[in-house]
Amino acid sequence: MTQTLQTASPAAGPDGQAAARDRGGTAQPMLIANHLKKYFALRSGMLGGRAGEVKAVDDVSFSVRKGETLGIVGESGCGKSTLARLLMHLIPMDEGEMIFDGDPVGTPSGLTLRELRRDLQMVFQDSYSSLNPRLPVQDSIAYGPRVHGMDRISARDLARGMLDKVGLRPDLFGARYPHELSGGQRQRINIARALALSPRMLILDEAVSALDKSVEAQVLNLLRHLKRDFNLTYLFISHDLAVVRHVSDRVLVMYLGQIVEIGPVDAIYDAPRHPYSKALLDSRLALDPGERIDEAPITGDPPNPANPPSGCRFRTRCPFAESVCSTTMPTLGDEGPDAHLVACHMMAPGSGHSRAAGRTGAQPCPVPAL
Amino acid sequence: MSDRGITIADLPDVPENPAALRVRSYWQTVRYRLRYDYVTLFFLAVLALVLMTALLAPELAPFDPTKTSTINRMKPIGYRDFLLGTDELGRDMLSRLLWGGRASLTMGCGPVALATLIGGFLGIVAGFIGGRVNMAIMRIMDVFYAFPSVLLAVAISGILGGGMANGMIALTLVFIPPICRVAESATTQVRNLDFVEAARASGAPALSLILHHVLGNVLAPIFIYASSLVSVSILLASGLSFLGLGVAPPTADWGLMLSTLRAALYVQPLVCALPGAAILIVSLSFNLVSDGLRRAMDVKA
Amino acid sequence: MWVYVARRLLLAVPIALGVTVICFGLVFLAPGDPLASLIPGDVSPADLAKMRQLYGFDKPIPVQYALWLGRAVTGDLGVSLQTGRPVLAEVTGAIGNTFVIASGAVLLAFSLAFILGTVAAYHVGRPADRLATAAAVLGVSIPNYWLGIVLIIVFAVKLNILPATGMGSKGSTSFNILDWAQAKYAVLPIITMAMVPLGIIMRTTRSAVAEVLNQDFVQMLRAKGLGPVAILRHSVRNALPQMLAVMGLQLGYLVGGSILIETVFTWPGTGFLLNKAILTRDIPVIQGTILVLALNFVAINLAVDLIQTAVDPRIKRT
Repeated sequence: MTQTLQTASPAAGPDGQAAARDRGGTAQPMLIANHLKKYFALRSGMLGGRAGEVKAVDDVSFSVRKGETLGIVGESGCGKSTLARLLMHLIPMDEGEMIFDGDPVGTPSGLTLRELRRDLQMVFQDSYSSLNPRLPVQDSIAYGPRVHGMDRISARDLARGMLDKVGLRPDLFGARYPHELSGGQRQRINIARALALSPRMLILDEAVSALDKSVEAQVLNLLRHLKRDFNLTYLFISHDLAVVRHVSDRVLVMYLGQIVEIGPVDAIYDAPRHPYSKALLDSRLALDPGERIDEAPITGDPPNPANPPSGCRFRTRCPFAESVCSTTMPTLGDEGPDAHLVACHMMAPGSGHSRAAGRTGAQPCPVPAL
Repeated sequence: MSDRGITIADLPDVPENPAALRVRSYWQTVRYRLRYDYVTLFFLAVLALVLMTALLAPELAPFDPTKTSTINRMKPIGYRDFLLGTDELGRDMLSRLLWGGRASLTMGCGPVALATLIGGFLGIVAGFIGGRVNMAIMRIMDVFYAFPSVLLAVAISGILGGGMANGMIALTLVFIPPICRVAESATTQVRNLDFVEAARASGAPALSLILHHVLGNVLAPIFIYASSLVSVSILLASGLSFLGLGVAPPTADWGLMLSTLRAALYVQPLVCALPGAAILIVSLSFNLVSDGLRRAMDVKA
Repeated sequence: MWVYVARRLLLAVPIALGVTVICFGLVFLAPGDPLASLIPGDVSPADLAKMRQLYGFDKPIPVQYALWLGRAVTGDLGVSLQTGRPVLAEVTGAIGNTFVIASGAVLLAFSLAFILGTVAAYHVGRPADRLATAAAVLGVSIPNYWLGIVLIIVFAVKLNILPATGMGSKGSTSFNILDWAQAKYAVLPIITMAMVPLGIIMRTTRSAVAEVLNQDFVQMLRAKGLGPVAILRHSVRNALPQMLAVMGLQLGYLVGGSILIETVFTWPGTGFLLNKAILTRDIPVIQGTILVLALNFVAINLAVDLIQTAVDPRIKRT
């Protein structure tokens, strides 16, 4: 991180900018997360004694390649947002390490948090609460660059430039306050604010979920163009499976703080291998009346994350659960960044699950007998 | 624009006519709302008038407020040159009321201003840092909260002894805990909003976060609350003086005047009622102005 | 529920301890030697040294506090420098008189505020509401020690229908509120004291009832054709817990803050006792009275909290 913010500003050509800031080379993943853990303490009793903990993110490892969009899906409460905040270092992680473009974050030899935050930015779900209601939006956008030492005038110019990039006329919108904008416009401001530090990667935490469908499509389009123009890498978190399929190159499925399946988007959507992924995908509403299902593919609520089931966390809701599922926790394995990985005993030959016998690997999840 | 594949036409929510856009900042909105709140404006004018007369007391007062006169004791309103009569020592009531405004307003507003600074600071620190710091600060405040305000003020100034400075110290200590609580809860709320997280995500240090993002959003609730305390403070301050715990004689102060005039109660009841009426007018004005400010500043949209 | 009660009781303990720390510390705020302020002035230096040792004033402050607390818990709050009587006896003798006017004031304020607040809530924005709201603002803005003086001028001096001050000849020893000859002494103090709680309870009533009136279930009752009386019953029942809580807190404030009104009416309660003690710098009485009043305030707050939890089904506390 030797170059100044000015040279990294969006005015610079995207190619030159990418070349100047790419440290690890194209083969180096943009971000590697290794065994991230975040347990929240549950307090109870009058003195607030530690009564237990919620394993919000429990031993999560994955990598994001340069220039790709990795989608993260899962039910609400599965730890998606906690994961996003962990990666942003907004909350401290209990265990694990994060490597950004080859540099470990927070170690003496690696990136400092301040450096990381110029390269990695985030767009929050709630477009209103993520903008300071007392600041004109151009000041909100200019705040990041100002913090990193840019002078007031340049920061203001940069902010107005960013407004233009996200499709809002600076002369019309720059001096406005958040409450004077629509939800879609506010989310454009949030994107501009995130991009004002010219990051190389953006975490989009349910960034379009709260918008109307028509506005959502516009913002998704904008995000696609920005990704191309600024050579960005996206981590796209959403509970909307259709949107995730539309934007993602690869998909990561989370359940109760753990990754149950990760792989290329088409592989997962066409042939999910984990029973949870399959159930999640089946719960989408089919457009074709003939394909509509009458029974919910998944029943019950997720178990209490403070007291998750032993072994496989999905076994309490899984139609194929067997004794091995309650004793041994299935593992995801590690077969390179492109592999389609799944944490399920049925997919692991020799695991002891009756359906695992004779499997050779890449086969879709069986259909439960209804 | 077309090179990015989006045009303005993609964005139906952009108004065509820039002139139709009036951008108003928060404080402009507040001012705009106040402009049509005639009750608040009227009492604001009353307060301004009282403040002016107190400031200009040396010029306006026809007599020396401490000069006694045995012959002119307890004269009725309008007696000779004494527009509002004289008190139990023959001092001119009008002059004493004008001078008394200085002491009463100082003792009423000063503690609230001081407590807002100290309590606001403590509350913002407690709310922003959270955890053990918050626990420590707020539990101490809880203990002070366990005293009724009048009792705490009387206890501290009663032990410290009379005098204006001691009275102001006592009142400041009374108002710190409630202001601290309001500041703490406002800060805790704001701290958990996404825009503070977003600002933190841009790498801002804590001080910058507080100054640029927290302060602007907690100042209004703190200010609204503090303004509602001024009326209470005026009443309490006069009460302390009434008990002999505030301003020391012969300095003029409305509360003290009320107390010493009790001797003249049966002779000149109307004159005795004057200092109380002055306190009532000021406290009422502060109450109504504070209500008006609350209405004007409680802007959500 | 019971867990909450136990928790709330336990939480009151550190608060009460904090109160004792402050009351203990008050002595050190007083100018001069803390011991000198606790005992009569005319003692020889030798006696003073003996007293210092006896009361533990030669020990470190935490030890002094522990000794003091130990004495206070057993009811030994020291001896009045003026009367020579135990402080606890002085305070317990006075606090009943304070409760007489404070509870009278709260009851008066509650009944008036209940009517005014409900009327205002039914006419939000209309003249009746504005009038009631103005009365409430006046109630909290008026210096009540001045109002007391004005009432004395009007009812005692001009009209001569009520006594001005004091409790009457028999009053201070055995007060009987049902005996008009004694009760008339309490009328003016009660009216004066009722002003602030009147304003505060009325504001609470107005907003609570107005809020209930706006809720869907009241709209449904109206749609079902319920008459105004039935609707009033529903809305009041929903607003009542909140009003009672405010009323309880006001009682605590009045008992603790009675000094001004009791001074105006020379009503021999704790406030009057405190004022006398301050004027004569009777530090043991000041300290003891404040301790008893503050602990009483903590206890009333606790009781209000617990009663509200029991009465209001919407509050679920664990």
